[in-house]
Amino acid sequence: MDAMNEDARQWDERVEAWEHERVSADYERVPRRKKEFTTLSGAPVKDIYTPADLRHFSPGADLGLPGEYPYTRGVHATMYRGRPWTIRQVAGFGQAEDTNNRYKYLLKTGQTGLSTDFDLPTLLGYDSDHEVYRREVGRIGVAIDTVVDMHALFDGIPLDEISTSLTINPSAAVLLAMYRVVADERGIPGHALNGTTQNDILKEYIAQNEFIFPPLPSVELVVDTMEYGADVMPRFNPLNVCGYHIRDAGATAVEEVGLTMSNALCYLEHAAARGIDPDRLAPRVSFFWDVHNNFFEEAAKLRAARRMWARLTRDRLGCKDPKSWLMRAHCQTAGVSLTAQQPYNNVARTAIQALAAILGGTQSLHTNSLDEALSIPSESAIKIAVRTQQIILHETGVADVVDPLGGSYYVESLTSQIEQEALELIERIDGIGGMIEAVESGYAGQLIADSAWEQQVKVESNESIVVGVNDYVDENETQDLEIDRPIPGVMERQMERLAEVKRSREQRRVIATLRAIEKAAPDLHHNLMPLIEDAVRARATVGEICDVLRGVWGHHQPSTVF
Amino acid sequence: MTAGAERPEAPLKVVVAKPGLDGHDRGAKVVARALRDSGMEVVYTGIYQTPESILRAVVQEDADVLGLSSLSGAHLEYAKELGELLRANDRADVLFIVGGTVPPEDAEALNDYGVHAVFGPGTPTGELVDYIKANARRVGSA
Repeated sequence: MDAMNEDARQWDERVEAWEHERVSADYERVPRRKKEFTTLSGAPVKDIYTPADLRHFSPGADLGLPGEYPYTRGVHATMYRGRPWTIRQVAGFGQAEDTNNRYKYLLKTGQTGLSTDFDLPTLLGYDSDHEVYRREVGRIGVAIDTVVDMHALFDGIPLDEISTSLTINPSAAVLLAMYRVVADERGIPGHALNGTTQNDILKEYIAQNEFIFPPLPSVELVVDTMEYGADVMPRFNPLNVCGYHIRDAGATAVEEVGLTMSNALCYLEHAAARGIDPDRLAPRVSFFWDVHNNFFEEAAKLRAARRMWARLTRDRLGCKDPKSWLMRAHCQTAGVSLTAQQPYNNVARTAIQALAAILGGTQSLHTNSLDEALSIPSESAIKIAVRTQQIILHETGVADVVDPLGGSYYVESLTSQIEQEALELIERIDGIGGMIEAVESGYAGQLIADSAWEQQVKVESNESIVVGVNDYVDENETQDLEIDRPIPGVMERQMERLAEVKRSREQRRVIATLRAIEKAAPDLHHNLMPLIEDAVRARATVGEICDVLRGVWGHHQPSTVF
Repeated sequence: MTAGAERPEAPLKVVVAKPGLDGHDRGAKVVARALRDSGMEVVYTGIYQTPESILRAVVQEDADVLGLSSLSGAHLEYAKELGELLRANDRADVLFIVGGTVPPEDAEALNDYGVHAVFGPGTPTGELVDYIKANARRVGSA
């Protein structure tokens, strides 16, 4: 340690002399091209990083080896030299059959995992025949009303061989039960199921804004799903804690990590308060990150998040099972970075972001399509996005060594800095009483809105250059993209199918299963999942089940603060 | 005659609205803040609004401008219905603008429904402010 500090001190002196003799002279001839260099989180970036920047860094304790605590270098020992990351493009539109066809197309392009986007009525617990919201049926995701639709969605897909991610939040409990029931009715046992429900309701209140019930019953319902998962589908991740939406809503990388970890802790601490051992649930908690433009910051963010989660689960939650310490991650390139102007530039942006995700050690990856600033993606645009991942995997060599950035003075400094600052944010959230309070008081939402505003100001003042938007602009740009259009008649066909299911089901059984949920719901520690599964089996709809819970728990009121 | 002549000092009043179930409101909030900073009076409805509740906000706030933000692909339906509601309630004088993920080829249909301008992703807020200042309270006048 003393030798290290001595070394760092010598480097300090040497860098100081170098700046004095060389750097200032060079800047006199060619000034800095920007007044200040910062990461997207606003952290200053220095001219050079040396061993002096790692004086508090211990390669043994802070880095270790891949597959070993604190997992900074990766959750697996061999990483992509063995199994590559999962190429998982999210898809969902129209009726279940439309999305099922898209799945089969994606699997043919070489995609290795599935991911479902649901339409807004499904996400928010309304049926496709809802008087106002039916015009959104099948628009930005697939319409699912009952388990009958879920059967059609996964028709011909081997659920025991492929992992599936369900992007669903306030109504996740219902969709998780549906997935399990589909498998069960096809004779596939629960322990053979692999995949994820997103189910991270806390980030909805502060970022994505898809919520139904108030925060407390919603968090307890998430705990229900985690416990149910551990019981009946032990290889499935019922909770995927998301930084993605927090970031896309405007947060910095540091805020993304701090708020996401606070959310993850909130679920597990509520579970612990119910007497559930965190080691039963934590091994099945996974994460979802947004990989934005600042290349090294994004790779460092993933490394920092792994180290933080290992330390938080072990030291704060008291987890003893090493599987609980693993921050396993899905990443998506940053939707918010895509531009409607000169949309082909988005291919380059996405490729570079994907590279950061892979150097950061992600377990699975969605690359955005070039047309997504304008609509959901067309098939040809998706194919380029999939091919981007395949080019990185097979042609660049970056996946042939584990954690190639490890030991970089700059990346290790950034990793430690993100960890430090994100931990400070977690302390601030703890200080105001935890995440539910941070949601209800508006603290977390305001933090994100303020950061979004600061970024907008930087773009408008040209302090941040967005190529094709505020610089290198094409005058009289014309749009030559083929834009994906909604399929006509989806709403009508889906309403007919729903009516048919309602006609053919045993109505008495539906009512009885819904009443059972209603009776149990006031006790927030009563696990509702077996009852929700019963209702799903009886062909109750997403809307009917959520209506019952709305009746008991009420609504969360959206904020009008900006 | 312009309404501005009757109340020369009153700041422009803008309702920024999110129709339907779409929760993506980063853009709506940034726009709301930029318009407020430019001196306008801004009311943000919050998410999950119906055409009826948006009309109610326009009438109650006596708004000069309605900005509709949609990233859910349902902009045509909601804009059409709102255009009809504005006309049916004698508020066709409102400057009606739409922003969000709107394919450029939808601009014509939106104009037919009574939308005066469409602002896509990446629009500088200054451009929006200038447009509103130049056109609000002048809708329908010569």
